[in-house]
Amino acid sequence: MAESLNGKTAVTGIGETKYSRGTDKSSIGLMLEASIKAIHDAGLQPNQIDGVIPYSLGPVAEEVMAGLGLTDVRFSAQTPMGGASPVAALQCAAAVISAGVCNHVLIVLGRRGYSDARVTTRLAAMPQFRQIAEFENPVGAFAPAQLYAPMIRRHMELYGTNPDQFAEVAVAMRNHAMLNDNAIMKQPLTVDDHHNSRMISDPYRLFDCCLESDGGAAVVISSADFAKDTRSPVSILGVAEGHPDSPSTITQRPDMLELGLSKAAPRAFEMAGVKHKDIDLAQIYDCFTGMVIAEIEDLGFCEKGEGGPFVEGGRIRLGGELPVNTHGGLLSQAHIAGMNHVYELVRQLRHEGGAAQVPNAEIGLVTGYGDLGDGSLAIMQRGV
Amino acid sequence: MRDEYLKPLPEPSIDSQPFWDGLKERQIMLQKCSNCGTIRHYPRPMCEKCHSMECDWIEASGHGTVYSWTESHHPFHFGFKAETPYILVTVTLDEGVRIQTKLLDAKIEDLKLDLPVEVVFAQETPDLVLPYFRLAG
Repeated sequence: MAESLNGKTAVTGIGETKYSRGTDKSSIGLMLEASIKAIHDAGLQPNQIDGVIPYSLGPVAEEVMAGLGLTDVRFSAQTPMGGASPVAALQCAAAVISAGVCNHVLIVLGRRGYSDARVTTRLAAMPQFRQIAEFENPVGAFAPAQLYAPMIRRHMELYGTNPDQFAEVAVAMRNHAMLNDNAIMKQPLTVDDHHNSRMISDPYRLFDCCLESDGGAAVVISSADFAKDTRSPVSILGVAEGHPDSPSTITQRPDMLELGLSKAAPRAFEMAGVKHKDIDLAQIYDCFTGMVIAEIEDLGFCEKGEGGPFVEGGRIRLGGELPVNTHGGLLSQAHIAGMNHVYELVRQLRHEGGAAQVPNAEIGLVTGYGDLGDGSLAIMQRGV
Repeated sequence: MRDEYLKPLPEPSIDSQPFWDGLKERQIMLQKCSNCGTIRHYPRPMCEKCHSMECDWIEASGHGTVYSWTESHHPFHFGFKAETPYILVTVTLDEGVRIQTKLLDAKIEDLKLDLPVEVVFAQETPDLVLPYFRLAG
C-alpha cells in the first residue's frame, strides 16, 4: 500500500497560457490552449490522450474532448476539492494509469477568476459550501478570507505567530514573481507595504490574500515506462490527499488548525521513501500567507506552532533552505488554483526555471489546499 | 425591521428546519443522538459516532466561549456593506459544538481565547431570527 504508486507514473508534459487580469478568451479556450501545449510538450498527439480530469469548477471533460477532438477517452473524473483539486488529480491519474485503465491522462484547469464571477459568488455556487451558505452566510461570513482568518487568529493567539511573518511570506512570493516572465505582480513589495495595505478580514490584509486571475494550465501524466523515452520526464514518487475531520465546515472542526494535509503528508512521504531533508524546493498552496505557515507545519517541516519562525530569515526564499513558490505563487504570480504550482515544480525539476531556478533541484513537492481544509501533496523527482 | 432585507436568507433543509424554527422561539436547538447522546451541529441526518438516525432536539443554554474571531473590513456582500467592519466570532457552546456568528458591542482588541459569551437573538425579518453573541457581562 505504502509504495503502491511510487515511481509508476511521471509528468511528461506541461502547458500554461499567459496569466492576466483580463482576457478575451473563454475558460474552455484557456483550457484548450494550455492542453495542446502540454500534449505537444509530452511529444504526443491529442488523440493519444485517453484520460481527462478537468477542474471541478468550469467546463467539463466532454468539452475538452470535443475541443481537442479526442475519440478514445476511457476515463474521466473530477476531484472536487477546490484548490486541492489539481494535486488530488495527480493521485487519481497515477492510480488509473497504474491500474492499466488508460495511458495518458490530461489534467487541465482554465478560469476567468478576474474577468468572471469573483470568489464570493463562485463559492456560493459550490455544493461543498452548502452548510456555509445556510448557516454562515446569513451572519456575514462569505469569503475564504473571512472563513480562514479565524484559523490563523487562533494560531497567533496560541503560538505567537505575527504579521511580520505573514509579510515575509508575501515578500518572498513577490521576489520570486519578479523573476518570472509569466507573473502578474512585478512591482517590488516591502514589509511596510504589507503592513500598510488595507485590512480585508483581520488579521489578513490585502497583501496576505491571493490574486484573482485569468489563465489556464495543464499537465499530462503517463506511465513511467512511456515517460523514460520523453524529453524531460518528472517522476511522481509519492502522492496523497487528506480530508480534515468535519470536512464540510471549518467551524465544526475539532481542532480548527488540523488540516487534511496533516493526514496526507505522512502517506505521501512514506510512499515516496524520502525524508524532509531530501526536499530541494516546495510549491505550497498559498491562498493566504498564513496558510503557507500552517501547511509547512502539517507537511512536517517543523512542529505545530513553529511555522511562523520557520519562514523567517529568508529560509523560504530562493537561496534559502527551502525555497517556496519559486514562480510567485497564488499571491504574486497568478491564481490558477494551484495548477500553476504543479507546472512550476515540473519546470524546476527539469532545470528550466530560468532566473528562479533552484540549483541542482532533484526532488521537490507540491501541495494543494481547498474546500475549507482538504489537502493534497505530491513528491516528485527529476527523471524516471 | 427593514422594508427590504438585503442579506442572504437561509434555505432550511429537512434536516435543519427545527433549528430555524427554534430560533423563531428564541431558542438555539441542537440535535442530540437518541441512541448515544452525542450532540451534533450543523444539523445532519446521522450521528457520526453510532450512526443512529434517531435524534432529539435540545435547547442550548445560549452560553459559550470564544474559540476564534476575525474582524471583517472588506464588504464581500452588499447586504453587509453598511455595517463593516464587524466582528465574526466562532463560539464553542457549552454543549460542545460551535456556532459562527457576529459578536455585538465588542472591540477586537479586547478579545481573547475562551472569553465567555452569551446569545443575543435578533429579529431580522418576520420569519428570521438570528443568534448573535456578545461578551457575557
